[in-house]
Amino acid sequence: MAEYDTIIIGAGLSGLAAGIRLAYYEQRVCILERHTTIGGLNSFYRLRGRDYDVGLHAVTNFSSQGARKGPLARLLRQLRMGWDDFALAPQVGSTIAFPEVRLDFSNDLALLESEIARAFPAQRDNFQRLLARIVDYDDLSQDVFDLSARQILADTITDPLLIEMLFCPLMWYGNAREDDMDFGQFSIMFRALYLEGMGRPHAGIRLILRNLVRRYRALGGELKLRSGVSRIVTEKGADGEERAVGVVLDGGQQLTARRVLSSAGMVETLRLCDHLSVATPPRAGQLSFVESLSVLDRPPRSLGCDRTIVFFNDSETFHWRRPAEELCDVRTGVICSPNNFAYAADDGELADNMIRITALADFGRWQALGEEAYRLAKLRWYDRLSASAVRFVPDFRSRVIDTDMFTPTTIRRFTGHDNGAIYGAPHKQLDGTTPVENLYLCGTDQGFLGIVGALVSGVSMANRHCMLA
Amino acid sequence: MIASEIRDEILDILGDIAPDEDLSNLADDKPFREQLELDSMDFLDIVMELRKRHRIQIPEEDYTHLASMGSTVAYLEPLMKDIAKK
Repeated sequence: MAEYDTIIIGAGLSGLAAGIRLAYYEQRVCILERHTTIGGLNSFYRLRGRDYDVGLHAVTNFSSQGARKGPLARLLRQLRMGWDDFALAPQVGSTIAFPEVRLDFSNDLALLESEIARAFPAQRDNFQRLLARIVDYDDLSQDVFDLSARQILADTITDPLLIEMLFCPLMWYGNAREDDMDFGQFSIMFRALYLEGMGRPHAGIRLILRNLVRRYRALGGELKLRSGVSRIVTEKGADGEERAVGVVLDGGQQLTARRVLSSAGMVETLRLCDHLSVATPPRAGQLSFVESLSVLDRPPRSLGCDRTIVFFNDSETFHWRRPAEELCDVRTGVICSPNNFAYAADDGELADNMIRITALADFGRWQALGEEAYRLAKLRWYDRLSASAVRFVPDFRSRVIDTDMFTPTTIRRFTGHDNGAIYGAPHKQLDGTTPVENLYLCGTDQGFLGIVGALVSGVSMANRHCMLA
Repeated sequence: MIASEIRDEILDILGDIAPDEDLSNLADDKPFREQLELDSMDFLDIVMELRKRHRIQIPEEDYTHLASMGSTVAYLEPLMKDIAKK
């Protein structure tokens, strides 16, 4: 008999959520994580006495305490967890900043509607037409999902600048594809950002991860850190189909399971399988990020940096591609301050004042750097990111007291994704199946992104493939 | 369990699945869906909770019987008649 009902590869948000579901229904579950810590892309670290988050700027799919509808409410029900386990404080307000035009938005759609009516009066009705076309989460079939969002927006909105501005935050927060976006992904991100909104726990991603792990362990789930999977063991069944029967760890130990649920990504997972020949090998993602973290000596808002997030782009055209010429592309970026959320009065201010700036980066160029060149590149690009950002927010640079920088190679280390691809592969496998029986995907390459999206991915793939059999 | 006990057990399960719902006015002849904020994932949980609590296996083709309280109790009665109330 197999040692486990389900082995889960990766202790990121999707793996932990799947683990909770399965352990709750009394399965023998083991989550295997190569890294020394949990969280995957959404993790955290401590440096020179300060706490930093990786990944998380904000939790999208915001809902207020007591809400019964929406992905967050659904998710909490499925995990049998309470709103306090996430304790999201709402954003104070964010901005899409292009040259000459800015659009503010918040967790109330009415603000974005009035901003569009102000800046693009002729597009007011067209924006309503677009709202009517946004697909509900429950109606996303693979056919609808794969449509071109650019095509649908071009049919609906007649001002190209507004199209670029609407795309900018949505691509930044969840588009694995270059240039265009799948309409399904567009609909998901549109709902998550513009209709539901953003929030953040006062303690950052730590709070969510700590509560997930606590719940998983309390239900009897096993978690093994520093336990990378080097191979997924498959057998040919009587029907001639390959099926997964267990894994081999980096240290050589073999574990058997009735099924394997992998959050490692499609390409990365199939590479772990023995003797597998796939007619058309799937493509890994190409888009990766750098992020600079600046600790300030005073609250960002005291310098006029008072938005939760500013999505900027320095021309009328938004370029969403891997940088072709250099290590990074700083023409577009995201400026986020974790201080600018409406935290509860008794939580008080955050311990540190922080500004984070994200830009597109090329994994290949960063990986090729030697140790010294890598260190210098981080310093040089820290300066260039900041210089690009202060065109759109007040100049905070004289107030910086500490900095850090993470790069595509950092993302690769935390996620295991090829190319440090932040949102995984451009093609999403919505049903979570692979060419191997009893081997399923959850996480980025299944299709739901963001914190809530990743958790929903784990829950729904556990429900669909791992529970009834 | 007799029908009224099964009904109480289902209410208890629904209370676990959807703690924020008011179940006191649930009408037995109307679908759960029309009265509660439940989706297909939540319906799966009714099946899974019955399995976890009482070792009852409900085949997928029978899920339609779980649409309302009335039909659920009627479907479960023969399956749960030998199960003692806890």
